[in-house]
Amino acid sequence: MNLFAYLGAWAMGTFERVGRASLFLYEIVAGSGQLFRRFTLVIQQVYAVGVLTLLIIMVSGLFVGMVLGLQGYNTLVKFGAEESLGLLVSLSLVRELGPVVTALLFAGRAGSALTAEIGLMKATEQLAGMEMMAVNPVTRVIAPRFLAGVIAMPLLAAMFSAVGVLGGHLVSVGLLGVDAGSFWSQMQSGVDFYDDILNGVIKSAVFGVVVSWIAVFEGYDAVPTSEGVSRATNRTVVYSSLAVLGLDFVLTALMFKGV
Amino acid sequence: MNQPENKTNNGETANGPSSARGPRLDPIGDALVEISDLTFKRDTRTILHNLNLRIARGKITAIMGGSGCGKTTLLNLIGGQLRSQQGKVLVDGLSVPDLTTEELFALRKRMGMLFQTGALLTDLDVFENVAFPIREHTRLPEVLLRHVVLMKLQTVGLRGARDLMPSELSGGMARRVALARAIALEPMMVMYDEPFTGLDPISKGVIAKLIHDLNHSLGITSIVVSHDVVEACSISDYAYLMGDGRIIGEGTPQEVQQSKSDYVRQFMEGLPDGPVPYQYPASDYADDLMQGDGR
Amino acid sequence: MVGKKTLEIWVGIFVAAGIAALAMLAFRVGNLTAADVVDGYKVRAYFENIGGLKVKSPVTMAGVRVGRVTEIFFDNESYRAVVVMNIDGRYRKIPKDTGASINTSGLLGEQYVGLDPGGDEEYLRDGDKITLAQSAIVLEKLVSHFLFSQAEKPPQPKK
Repeated sequence: MNLFAYLGAWAMGTFERVGRASLFLYEIVAGSGQLFRRFTLVIQQVYAVGVLTLLIIMVSGLFVGMVLGLQGYNTLVKFGAEESLGLLVSLSLVRELGPVVTALLFAGRAGSALTAEIGLMKATEQLAGMEMMAVNPVTRVIAPRFLAGVIAMPLLAAMFSAVGVLGGHLVSVGLLGVDAGSFWSQMQSGVDFYDDILNGVIKSAVFGVVVSWIAVFEGYDAVPTSEGVSRATNRTVVYSSLAVLGLDFVLTALMFKGV
Repeated sequence: MNQPENKTNNGETANGPSSARGPRLDPIGDALVEISDLTFKRDTRTILHNLNLRIARGKITAIMGGSGCGKTTLLNLIGGQLRSQQGKVLVDGLSVPDLTTEELFALRKRMGMLFQTGALLTDLDVFENVAFPIREHTRLPEVLLRHVVLMKLQTVGLRGARDLMPSELSGGMARRVALARAIALEPMMVMYDEPFTGLDPISKGVIAKLIHDLNHSLGITSIVVSHDVVEACSISDYAYLMGDGRIIGEGTPQEVQQSKSDYVRQFMEGLPDGPVPYQYPASDYADDLMQGDGR
Repeated sequence: MVGKKTLEIWVGIFVAAGIAALAMLAFRVGNLTAADVVDGYKVRAYFENIGGLKVKSPVTMAGVRVGRVTEIFFDNESYRAVVVMNIDGRYRKIPKDTGASINTSGLLGEQYVGLDPGGDEEYLRDGDKITLAQSAIVLEKLVSHFLFSQAEKPPQPKK
């Protein structure tokens, strides 16, 4: 096939998918209104995407915090500024690593599971079966999972950052002998609630929407065969990761305040 | 309405491809589903050609045909999962392709469908699967709901299996649970998509008996789509034979089985070659072999 | 599958832990507790050079934070930087002739405004101007100053 025809076909296919995904998001949002009357459905999914992801998030958060402590110490000690270690660890976590690493882990752990689950439900005709029972699968199956992802992500990111700060404290105060008082006070004077913490929360909420959206869409749009589902799962992880990293730059640039 | 099918005054026997047939006096009487001049295309491939078909209210109608002849597509069109480009699909007087989503859902509450795979919800146990449509569409108190679900499970003989998960069920049991679920809302019509495929003779017999009993005791109109000629004929009141997206024969099961048409003969007797060719359309074999390079 | 009750309990724990983490970030890591400046009043000071001072930099007296910088802009007429500070309402008895200087905490630390109380009987009020303002020490100037003064001295013989 000639190159232009190939590129054209690729572009058309991409636009088509983006359009379908957008309409699908609209359908989800329109359908989630009814969910507030049946919130148990959402709670069940919060368990699946949130509680089951908790362990990996906590462990990763702890290690990331500890590594930040070690690495930061090496740099800061050259300037005799190791008291700022707490500030460095907490700012990196709250503004950047908390939301981003959580979103990446979430995409790998919960997003892929969501896609596989929905894709398999499609492959085994469970979604078609629901439709034939006059139950809209978007409202009944997709929307609760999407909403659960959106709810769980900021909470997970907050836990990641909190555990990370504790991990940083463990290494700096326990191992490297940084003064605990200055560790915390430097942190408190340098971390602003609105500029840093709230921005981090906004970031993770945006990531929550995007990752959940990609995951449920890929599942719903999967070719209903075992190969199709495995490809869809793959795509969820790749696309969500790329989307998270790309959006992270955009959001950081938007929230960035000149010195 | 539940008079036995009048087999005598059906003048027409299965007579080969009959796609371009005008309206006729029908032997079916009160029809619940009426399909006329239905054509359905997927991309450029025409799956159904000018289909005319009527399903009698309160009867069991079998739709038989080889794999890929458009039977399942037909069911999807009746259920409104697909919309036809041309032709009419009337279910209980409602034109399915023209319904809004709400109207379609209202209609579907009165239809049950048994999927080939059963399509049970894998994260719910047997009881919850049967309770699912009731919970979604009604606000029955838990006590009453339990009664209804146990009654449906009793009908299919699986009351004892209510705590099992779908993964623990055999194929036949899963299909029976799916059947209990399909009749949970007491529909006017149940569509069976290949109910006999992949079952052992005993399970086949059980399913056939269930379809028959449900039809007789509850008066549920049944559409059985199957390529299992023997089983489908044994329970149905009227049969259609489909081939290549067209109706190629119809009548009572006996009439269809005695038809002289080559098409019908090939299908009913299971001959490998005939009007339905053994070979998928291809270029000449010798030429193909000589070509050598590529595929 | 987990029982419905257990599941709900776990989700409850999850949400509570998430909120607790957020609270910890807000109060322990961030500075939401230090209920920043309460019932403050604004004072301005003119500096020749503010160095690296930023909005939200602390304002201290005797090392205690008494307020924050809320606004920094350039004054077109005096060609100086105007620093508007919000001083906490608890500290209303700051003499009028108090001086302000821009200091650095540590060699490379952040910059802050330090107030040195004078002896006036009257106190600063909202909208007042601090007249005694000492600019930031700019490291480059200091270094070049030092280098020039070194260059003027005769070279020392090596031991």
